[in-house]
Amino acid sequence: MATALSLSHLGSLMRGVRSVDQVGAEERAASLAKRSIKKSSKLWALDLAIRCMDLTTLEGSDTPGKITALCAKGIRPQPGDASIPSVAAICCYPAQVADAKAHLRGSGVRVASVATAFPSGQSFMSIKVAEVGEAVAAGADEVDMVIDRGAFLSGDYQKVYDEIVEIKEACGDAHLKVILETGELGTYDSVRRASILAMAAGADFIKTSTGKIQPAATLPVSLVMMEAIRDFVRETGRPVGFKPAGGIRTSKQAIAYLVVLYETLGPDWMTPERFRLGASSLLNDVLMQIEKERTGAYQSGDYFTID
Amino acid sequence: MAIAKRHRTELATQKFEYAPAPESTDFVKIEPHYGLFIGGKMTAAHSKKRFATINPATEAKLSEVVEADEVDVDRAVKAADRAFDSWSRLDPSRRARYLFRISRILQERARELAVVETMDGGKPIKESRDVDVPLSAAHFFYYAGWADKLEWAFPNRKPRPIGVAGQVIPWNFPLLMLAWKIAPALAAGNTVVLKPAETTPLSAMLFADICQQAELPPGVVNIVTGAGKTGSLVVSHPAVQKVAFTGSTEVGKLIQRSLAGSGKRLTLELGGKAANIVFEDAPMDAAIEGIVNGIYFNQGHVCCAGSRLLVQESIAEPLLEKLKLRLGTLRLGDPLDKNTDIGAINSKAQLDKITGLVESGVEEGAELFQPECKLPERGFWFPPTLFTNVSQSYRIAREEIFGPVLSVLTFRTPAEAVEKANNTPYGLSAGVWTDKGSRILWMAERMRAGVVWANTFNRFDPTSPFGGYKESGYGREGGLHGLLPYVELN
Repeated sequence: MATALSLSHLGSLMRGVRSVDQVGAEERAASLAKRSIKKSSKLWALDLAIRCMDLTTLEGSDTPGKITALCAKGIRPQPGDASIPSVAAICCYPAQVADAKAHLRGSGVRVASVATAFPSGQSFMSIKVAEVGEAVAAGADEVDMVIDRGAFLSGDYQKVYDEIVEIKEACGDAHLKVILETGELGTYDSVRRASILAMAAGADFIKTSTGKIQPAATLPVSLVMMEAIRDFVRETGRPVGFKPAGGIRTSKQAIAYLVVLYETLGPDWMTPERFRLGASSLLNDVLMQIEKERTGAYQSGDYFTID
Repeated sequence: MAIAKRHRTELATQKFEYAPAPESTDFVKIEPHYGLFIGGKMTAAHSKKRFATINPATEAKLSEVVEADEVDVDRAVKAADRAFDSWSRLDPSRRARYLFRISRILQERARELAVVETMDGGKPIKESRDVDVPLSAAHFFYYAGWADKLEWAFPNRKPRPIGVAGQVIPWNFPLLMLAWKIAPALAAGNTVVLKPAETTPLSAMLFADICQQAELPPGVVNIVTGAGKTGSLVVSHPAVQKVAFTGSTEVGKLIQRSLAGSGKRLTLELGGKAANIVFEDAPMDAAIEGIVNGIYFNQGHVCCAGSRLLVQESIAEPLLEKLKLRLGTLRLGDPLDKNTDIGAINSKAQLDKITGLVESGVEEGAELFQPECKLPERGFWFPPTLFTNVSQSYRIAREEIFGPVLSVLTFRTPAEAVEKANNTPYGLSAGVWTDKGSRILWMAERMRAGVVWANTFNRFDPTSPFGGYKESGYGREGGLHGLLPYVELN
């Protein structure tokens, strides 16, 4: 549950959040990316990457047909190979939630809906709340909201905080992932501050990016957010999940995120309940690498279904 | 389907264990025994004494080298002396060309050098691969650039080379220390006789091969192997004009005493007991990494290691809690595994020294912390160790341990931090962690240490001078300052 914070103190509290050293964070992330993950541990990591994947489509051109195809792919990524698990969730726009829900029923795959005037968040609060309400009513198990970066950057932390609290209420039982859109926040200090703010306001997950802004997820940004989670858990005891999203296209990248996760938050976070990978084109590369680990040879792309 | 299901449950219960990822060694050729590199080729030694060099991670014998005697050292120095005339008169741009060539070959043979360095010394392959070898190549590259610009390095002076340089290097960074010694000496037009450490002679033997590959004129670089006795023969040889030593303060003092009145020039880079000072406003996660890098890098076999952690009392508790958690994630094991963070202790003797000092710490009343950590059965190993409740007077807070052992002390004010940090006979390096730029400068002015790192630690660059205050030695290596010990200025 969200902790109520005194209105007048939130600003100074935010400014008191411990600083991040840019050089140090980037160096640490780069050194972790050099870990060499081979054989059985690679297979395990790739399997986990699928189980933690939010298979995503967020296009203006999304149609019921596209959603049908994506849901089928999410439930059974590699037809004919039951050893490949389903993804964690299908992530789509609110208007597609009902369709996705219908296809996924009984499969264990969840429906995640972006909301709150995604991706910019530049709309009226009443509309954002209504949008979340409708998405949940249509069957969304998880809501991916965006924070108001304009308010955050202008120093109006209270507005950002209140919005998250309100959206969390509108979510009801649905899980709330809060997108910071780190590519617009400018510094690691802001990323850390926004992470703490979102967690204090009740986020179940904090998420890097919408995928619509460059840079999207990066390893150092993820490290900084995970460190914020680690500190938040230490102080409050409430575990918060983490979701990097945007630009994660290869197995190698996905494994690097898992390594940083493992060495920052530890084995307890290596589960879909606490970690998600937001990606639209990562899945087939993971399947291809699994096949390569098993058979020793790369298979043609034609052996992997597109959606 | 059944198989698939079993496979699934196996995966679901499995933990994230990094499978071994060892660097292969099959492309490295180590000779069963080596001679001495004198006058441009490997020669048979006069001395009949040989000793084995082993892999400290497995205790397996890698090769045998000669314990060079007086005759051998004399031959080496004479070869260097003969080569001096033509080398020092060689067109400087041609000298530069040889150094550039060596730098390039070091890069080309980087993988081989990294593997040999790790096998012979026990350091993790990720360090020899990412630090030792690239920095060695960078050092030659940097000094190659100075070779034909010495008159610009010392305006209005006439820099001239000195003669034969006798150089004795330690076992913690065998190739890098070789580069630090040989590159500036050669760039300035000197010739050298180098003695690598007795436990780590192999990368120097490989370097001898590189000198031949680079077609360096015979006698410009000579390498004699051996222990302390051979080292003292090198530095005391009458034809040696300049002595450079990196190693313990104890031996440094002996050398200084023995050279008194000889007219030989001397530079010493000796021990350290550096303070790594963390203020309450420091970026804490970066500081944790800096502390870990400061003392556990190369198993703490670093003369500038941040072996004393001075932490402001107001943040001591959360910082130590985080640091202990972080120590638990350090991976100790096979140095050739690319995922290893902490390798083997360089030798049995060093392991005994570390063990003795750690025991003294416990006896004196400090609180010991070691993460759960399985040590391999063979080889020399010591787990990452942290001492709290350390008082300034304990041996572990005063003596150089040269192992993965950190002593934690606290302070209340910046003035107290300065006082405690400087309260040591050593003065090689210091680290300052704070978000406040003005405090960094304030501290740096007051640290009696050759290097002060701000919000980082153990960072090296060939353009930056390195060296000590007080009993950490004198003379600088690296940068423009690194040329000074190798030139006569008129």
